[in-house]
Amino acid sequence: MKQAPSNISRRHFLKISSLAGGGVLFGFEMLANATAETVADAPLFSPNAYLSIDPQGIVTLMAPNPEIGQGVKTSLPMLLAEELDVDWNKVVVTQAVFDKEKYGNQSAGGSGAIRGRYEPIRKAGAVARQMLVAAAAQTWNVPEQECSTESGFVLHKASGKKLSYGELASKSASMPVPDNIKLKDPKDFKIIGKRINNIDNKGILTGKPLFGIDTRREGMLFCMVSRPPAFGKKLKSFDDTETRKIPGVKNVVRTDTVVAVLATNTWAAKKGRDALKVEWEDAGKLESTTEHIAAFKDLVQQKSDKPDRNDGNVEQALTSAKKVMESIYEVPVLSHAPMEPINFFADVKDGKADLYGPTQVPGKAISDVAKALGIAEANITLGMPRQGGGFGRKLRADNVVEAAQISAAAKAPVQMLWTREDDMQGDFYRPNGMYRYQAAINANNELDGWYLNAVALNAGRAAASENFPAGALANYRCDSHGVQSNIQTGPWRAPTHNSIGFAEQSFLDEIAHELKKDPIAFRLELLEKAKTSPVGKVSYDVEKFKSVINLVSQMSNWGTNTPGRFKGFASYYSFNTYVAEVAEVSIVNGKPKVHKVWAAVNCGQVVNLSGAENQVQGAIVDGLGHAWYSEITFDKGAVQQKNFNSYKMMRMADAPPEVEVQFVATNEAPTGLGEPALPPIAAVVCNAIFAATGKRIRKLPFGNSLTQNA
Amino acid sequence: MATYTITINNKKHTVDVLPDTPLLWVLRDELNLVGTKFGCGIAQCGACTVLMNDNAIRSCSYPVSAVGTNKITTIEGLSENGDHPVQKAWDEMDVPQCGYCQAGQVMAAVALLKRKPNPTDEDINAAMSNICRCATYVRIRKAIHIAAGNASK
Repeated sequence: MKQAPSNISRRHFLKISSLAGGGVLFGFEMLANATAETVADAPLFSPNAYLSIDPQGIVTLMAPNPEIGQGVKTSLPMLLAEELDVDWNKVVVTQAVFDKEKYGNQSAGGSGAIRGRYEPIRKAGAVARQMLVAAAAQTWNVPEQECSTESGFVLHKASGKKLSYGELASKSASMPVPDNIKLKDPKDFKIIGKRINNIDNKGILTGKPLFGIDTRREGMLFCMVSRPPAFGKKLKSFDDTETRKIPGVKNVVRTDTVVAVLATNTWAAKKGRDALKVEWEDAGKLESTTEHIAAFKDLVQQKSDKPDRNDGNVEQALTSAKKVMESIYEVPVLSHAPMEPINFFADVKDGKADLYGPTQVPGKAISDVAKALGIAEANITLGMPRQGGGFGRKLRADNVVEAAQISAAAKAPVQMLWTREDDMQGDFYRPNGMYRYQAAINANNELDGWYLNAVALNAGRAAASENFPAGALANYRCDSHGVQSNIQTGPWRAPTHNSIGFAEQSFLDEIAHELKKDPIAFRLELLEKAKTSPVGKVSYDVEKFKSVINLVSQMSNWGTNTPGRFKGFASYYSFNTYVAEVAEVSIVNGKPKVHKVWAAVNCGQVVNLSGAENQVQGAIVDGLGHAWYSEITFDKGAVQQKNFNSYKMMRMADAPPEVEVQFVATNEAPTGLGEPALPPIAAVVCNAIFAATGKRIRKLPFGNSLTQNA
Repeated sequence: MATYTITINNKKHTVDVLPDTPLLWVLRDELNLVGTKFGCGIAQCGACTVLMNDNAIRSCSYPVSAVGTNKITTIEGLSENGDHPVQKAWDEMDVPQCGYCQAGQVMAAVALLKRKPNPTDEDINAAMSNICRCATYVRIRKAIHIAAGNASK
């Protein structure tokens, strides 16, 4: 047996091994190559930053990424447990703090956590398992190949010997790190792909302090903030005479941008905030949605000098067409409105910052605070509680910086909390957009040309030019424009896709009806063209696309209708995942009722079946609700919807009682899942409404469109 | 400031707060019962739902001065070990995503089941007006039927 050298420090080892699961592409090879390096002085067995086993056999698994409701506090540790070969019911899951050396990319966005960490995290678990096996083999003086593992034990079946991971923990720490890491064959998975309940269910359902807003620290003051009433306004001056008279108010401070009231409880802070007399001054244009829409209408008629994509000659196809179809689609501004209002705890003193609260980007939060306060990043710690939703809102670290600036100004630990009105008026909104489609139908009654002219507020990317049916058509062009605005916009669950999915999938339905073709058969026909005679780059996998379309067609009995009910269909590819959905709708007193939605998903290997299904169901109902009711408008820079009484959200009564989800069976590596089921649903339901009523909805929210057309 | 003695989870508490303080902030800031959540402040979303006697109320818009001798139950006091049938059904259906609104949803469901032990889908539509931003409504509905003993997963 190889003797472990003792001159490699544990710290050095951790540094190397931490790269393993950190999302660094080649990080794991570094670990794999560190053959002879060992952990010599470990009190417990912790071969990397992701897990530890103590001599009592308690297995602790780290959840490296922030939990915003996407389920990674459960699913990422499941990957570790699978390869480590332990009972899920016996593990302890702990949320990691931010530590980029140990954990690499710890953000929550782009449906990326599982995609980026699937293999590295499994390897981190497999390394530990192999070291436990080596320790047992050495103890028994048998070859490692004769040993196996099961539920936290190493077994030597030939002799009937058995040792628990706890008993092996100390010895395992001195085993050489294996250089040839073998991952389980998916057919042997005992945890991956199974239904595992949310790790925090018990805490959530008994009211434990899991969220940032629940933070309570010694000496902490509750803080509310007076923020500009409109985009284009900034703080001029304030008078806090009345505020300071309110019992419980301890301090009033200002930063460059806001006035903060600090008090011994939230209510005093809010009353104090509301009692401030603040003077705001104009600092920029005060813009209105009506002006944006007018600019959109102009731009969608204009050609771009640089098309996003331009195959064949779409102008010629349109000129020589037997028929040209043209439709303009429109989507409104949306707010993220995560259920937990914006907040953060900050304690800034002696050149150090202690931060705790909801953010999707802990790394960015630290660097933004470091810059804003002139503190070294090394002197900033950031803890990540469970978060009451993200949806993209917390990809900006404005709340972290604001709390840190207030703590620094007040020289006190503070919990800054926004009201819902603050949140709805100070968001980084989903931009509104307009999409003008033209389709050329040739003499053979075929779709021969497709021209999308897209515009969106502050658009970095107004369209998704590589989307199907690009690649299936000889003549395809996509132009995009932006209207620059001082109204803050940002990513909202499935950015760009959430708008374009509605427009594109509705227009495809229009064309299918024009051609008198079944909407599903029409898609399959186009996909076949993309396969047999592709034009330009094809950015989607035709077979995977077909797999979900065919599956949902079967699931929903497409082609047959219950009397009085009508079906709509759409499919969409985003974040490397394919989704096809069907909705069944009836119209009751002029109002749609969605009876059921079927969804077929190809997202590679499903990690947590319960969590994955929950994400798909949630994304569908979330997307449906926003398409149905939600709209933000601006008047002279001010948001006109301030709370849930005017910014309507989906509630139980309109939610489809059933959303049936099936995943295409595959062992390919997982792709994104937090977002991909959302983009198609608006079109699915609007296409069903068309089937039911003959009314084509081209403007969201469709609740308004239906009323206005009635 | 004024003093109020209120009964929360079968225990009497005396607090000294501004009379217009909503019950929500008394629970969260004075009594450290943070399971009841702030969502909108205007009784729209239901994240702050607690029971007053057997009825669901929205504590963000209910002043502490109006509580009087009514008995308040929060999520922390719903059961000793988190094993109330509604809590168990929520876990069985694995309802929560982010989990933030679920304490309020559970309390609203408890009040519904006290009034209607065997609710229909229409009863659920009428009673469950709380917002779940993750949109877990499909599972919430099933969990209520399970808690009522009328369904299995």
